[in-house]
Amino acid sequence: MSFDISSLEAYKQDFIDGFLTTLSASLLALVLSLAIGTVIAVIRLSRVRLLEWIGTVYVEFFRNTPLVIQVFFFAMGLPSIGIDISEFTAGAIGLSIYTGAFIAEAIRGGIQSVPSGQMEASRSSGMTYVQAMRFVILPQAFKLVIPPLGNQFINLVKNSSVLAIIAGGDLMYAADIVSSQTFQINLTYIFVALLYLVITLPLSYGVNRLERHLAQTV
Amino acid sequence: MDLQNTFSSTSLSFLLEGFLVTLQVALFAILLSFIFGILLGVCRYTRVPLLSHLATAYIEIVRNLPLLLIIFFGYFGLREWGLKLPVTLSVIVSMTLFTSALVAEIVRSGLNSVDKGLVEASRSQGFTYIQTLRHIVLPLGLKRTIPPMVSQFISLIKDTSLAVVISLPEMTHNAQIIYNKHYNATIPMLILVALVYFIVNYSLSRASRRLEKKLIG
Repeated sequence: MSFDISSLEAYKQDFIDGFLTTLSASLLALVLSLAIGTVIAVIRLSRVRLLEWIGTVYVEFFRNTPLVIQVFFFAMGLPSIGIDISEFTAGAIGLSIYTGAFIAEAIRGGIQSVPSGQMEASRSSGMTYVQAMRFVILPQAFKLVIPPLGNQFINLVKNSSVLAIIAGGDLMYAADIVSSQTFQINLTYIFVALLYLVITLPLSYGVNRLERHLAQTV
Repeated sequence: MDLQNTFSSTSLSFLLEGFLVTLQVALFAILLSFIFGILLGVCRYTRVPLLSHLATAYIEIVRNLPLLLIIFFGYFGLREWGLKLPVTLSVIVSMTLFTSALVAEIVRSGLNSVDKGLVEASRSQGFTYIQTLRHIVLPLGLKRTIPPMVSQFISLIKDTSLAVVISLPEMTHNAQIIYNKHYNATIPMLILVALVYFIVNYSLSRASRRLEKKLIG
């Protein structure tokens, strides 16, 4: 077991590209899954039977099936019926749909923890349901939802490694390429693990601090 | 859409073989990470300096890494260090290394949720620290960990599909072999496999919700 870190130097660009791809896939999926999650959470609480049902089916189906299958659906399923999308897009869409289900649950939990009197008060002062949601309930709910959303983002960064399976050019993919060319397998893995920790550890730490802070103030 | 090859008896029995591998790997990994997770979580909770620091370092590093990286390590990495595990065993090891860290966090927060007054009361009754842990903190704290632990194990069942990267012959891998042969069966095959995972995991989560209501309500 000898670690010669200089053997990785030639692959600097692979690691940089992979790191940036992991970051951009995670950020893109975060934005998309926040949008999906908010819509699904709101329709699940709408008390319109059909919408509620659609929301429930979405959440239960996507969080109980593997991310890999969802990503394969976009990366291999769609091309099989003539719809070609890039590996990166397939990965980002798969990640967003999967994470959207978890974010929907987090947001629903946040909305439900806002006392129901607030909705009644807003409605009785003349706001529509949508207005009440937008101006009264959601702003309060988002505050409670920040820590679980932070955790979902950490998961998103880790889960973006599925891009490697469909040759999506992310950090894990770089690890795969470099380790198979240098035969320095564990050295490469340890280096890549450190790069993941550079993203996830500060996030974890931030979420923990925030959680403790909120526990004292709310 | 090639439904004929999706639902042919050859395809279905090959898929079933994969499903059994998925279940087998998941069951062993669940059992092992349950045991190691509780041990790690208790180590972290106790605040015995060395033990608790080691457990904390392990938990914080491992749970912030992608499982895929750990699966690669468990197969190719250990091989480089001269430990050639069969693929099934290497997946069980990787899954256990990863899930134990997450179970440990669940256990720790369960134990922390036990009222400090109860711990003090039991110590002042003359219980030793170990006795307090064993008779008060563990039974009360672990009860609350059941629902989050079940969702963790559902994640584990889903995540066995990541082992497709090292060709573990589990359900996703076998499905892939089928649709590589019958290209037009790709979408129906993926939907079928998704439904199998869904049925297993959804039933588990329903059962855990019912259990939770029974324990708390």
